[in-house]
Amino acid sequence: MKEEIIRVKNLVKKFGSFTANDNLTFDVYKGEVFGFLGANGAGKTTAIRILSGLSSPTSGKLNVAGFDVYTETEKIKKNIGYMSQKFSLYEDLTVAENIRFYAGIYGISPKRRKEKMGELLKKLEMEKAKNKLIAGLPLGWKQKLAFSVAVFHEPKIVFLDEPTGGVDPVTRRKFWDMIYEAANDGITVFVTTHYMDEAEYCDRVSIMDAGKIEALDTPAKLKEKYNAKDMDEVFLRIARASPNPSEGGGQETITNE
Amino acid sequence: MIIINEITKSYNETQALKSISLKVEKNELFGLIGPDGAGKTTLMRILTTLLLADSGEAKMDGLDVVKNFKKIRHIVGYMPGRFSLYQDLSVEENLHFFATVFGTTVDENYDLIRDIYHQIEPFKTRRAGQLSGGMKQKLALSCALIHKPKILVLDEPTTGVDAVSRKEFWEMLKKLQQKGITILVSTPYMDEADLCDRVALIQKGEILDVDSPQRITEKYPHRIIRARSDEIYRLIQDLRAYEKAESVFAFGEFVHFTGTDDDVEPSELDDYLHKKNHKNVLVEEINPGIEDVFMGLMRSEQSQSQ
Repeated sequence: MKEEIIRVKNLVKKFGSFTANDNLTFDVYKGEVFGFLGANGAGKTTAIRILSGLSSPTSGKLNVAGFDVYTETEKIKKNIGYMSQKFSLYEDLTVAENIRFYAGIYGISPKRRKEKMGELLKKLEMEKAKNKLIAGLPLGWKQKLAFSVAVFHEPKIVFLDEPTGGVDPVTRRKFWDMIYEAANDGITVFVTTHYMDEAEYCDRVSIMDAGKIEALDTPAKLKEKYNAKDMDEVFLRIARASPNPSEGGGQETITNE
Repeated sequence: MIIINEITKSYNETQALKSISLKVEKNELFGLIGPDGAGKTTLMRILTTLLLADSGEAKMDGLDVVKNFKKIRHIVGYMPGRFSLYQDLSVEENLHFFATVFGTTVDENYDLIRDIYHQIEPFKTRRAGQLSGGMKQKLALSCALIHKPKILVLDEPTTGVDAVSRKEFWEMLKKLQQKGITILVSTPYMDEADLCDRVALIQKGEILDVDSPQRITEKYPHRIIRARSDEIYRLIQDLRAYEKAESVFAFGEFVHFTGTDDDVEPSELDDYLHKKNHKNVLVEEINPGIEDVFMGLMRSEQSQSQ
């Protein structure tokens, strides 16, 4: 039996008269790689902020990692990890300092932290870079480290908001190797991306347009349903770019900036 | 139209451009394809006279980027990677501002921007900072075109933009090309290479190859085999463990395999995967895409430098 780790029922989020999330209902299963796609301004970032306990919904029933999004946001935050396109690492701290900082925030004991940091640096082949500032590291290393830090406290769910922008094709794929590995270890991965080939790597994909979920299924079934050769074609059929910025747009850009 | 001759640029110890030479023909749609840190922005800033090279020379429509920088600014339209319009000015104020700076008017050159500006005109009184990503991009392009440039330089115009808006943006570029403008555009999205007349694949300040996208993939010497099964993660693991595996990476719903030599046959991989109990296995040889070539060239660069 599939275990639901995220349950969303009739989620509505309004900003004044503008509806960013218009009655969303979906479940995400434990250990799955869930792709959360949509055009710019479709309402993805708003939904992610609600699911990670940073913003409260206007209405709807939501449960994340076993906790209620209205009353248990602090518990949610302890049980999830988050990584955004704008790396959540401190540029003027070293690699080791960043790890220590995050471990501290999540209340990991110094003993456990030392053990885990050693393992992590070895796995990332970054033992020699331990005392280097983040600012001087190649983009691919930063991404790998940002991901590792986001899952350092062994969360049940990790949210990745466009994690692979701007890297070379090899680094981008190595990053996906890490995502698969995390999913294999039982961590649920909730990911947004503009690379449609990456949508194919997800177990299931939802596609949002103008605040609503227009499609949700496995990539294979979506391609079959829309009679499309790849996910790019599926996406183009569902998400029509709206020329009206009041239908989305504004809000998402503002929260990103 | 654009001539780049042995341009070098370093920031402290980092060599951003290592003696780059390149020519872009008149009315060409030319792509600089490469990841962050490849040197794309540095090269574009040198060409748009915003940055001085350490050595080498470059010409835009016959004008030297150092000696004739003032003239170049009148014939080049530049759209930088970061949104650089005035967020507190409205859509139409931004456009008028740029027109005035270049000593022209919006009406005089409206013809060129009509198709693009038309889409944001209903919101012309809205502040630029309040626009969605796709709208900002259209406004920035309108502002870069308002002085009717001969050459358009666009730094990653589609980064972070969704697949639908990306497609629209490329359609706009094709139309501008038909109006006689030479376009130099950079992108980290490899699939956009196919939309250019010619591309330069660039990585760590060096050009890996320059050609039409078709010829770049045609002349790639190695065999690419793709495979699929029900368990993609295990498939990658198993293929990497195969004794003659050189490179194994996910490509959409498939995994692309390159062998240590090119006599690895699809049939032997098929047998191997069946022995590993994979279900619904499909293995076949395919023509390489731009990403395959880029990854292959990156590998050979690395092995040469070691």
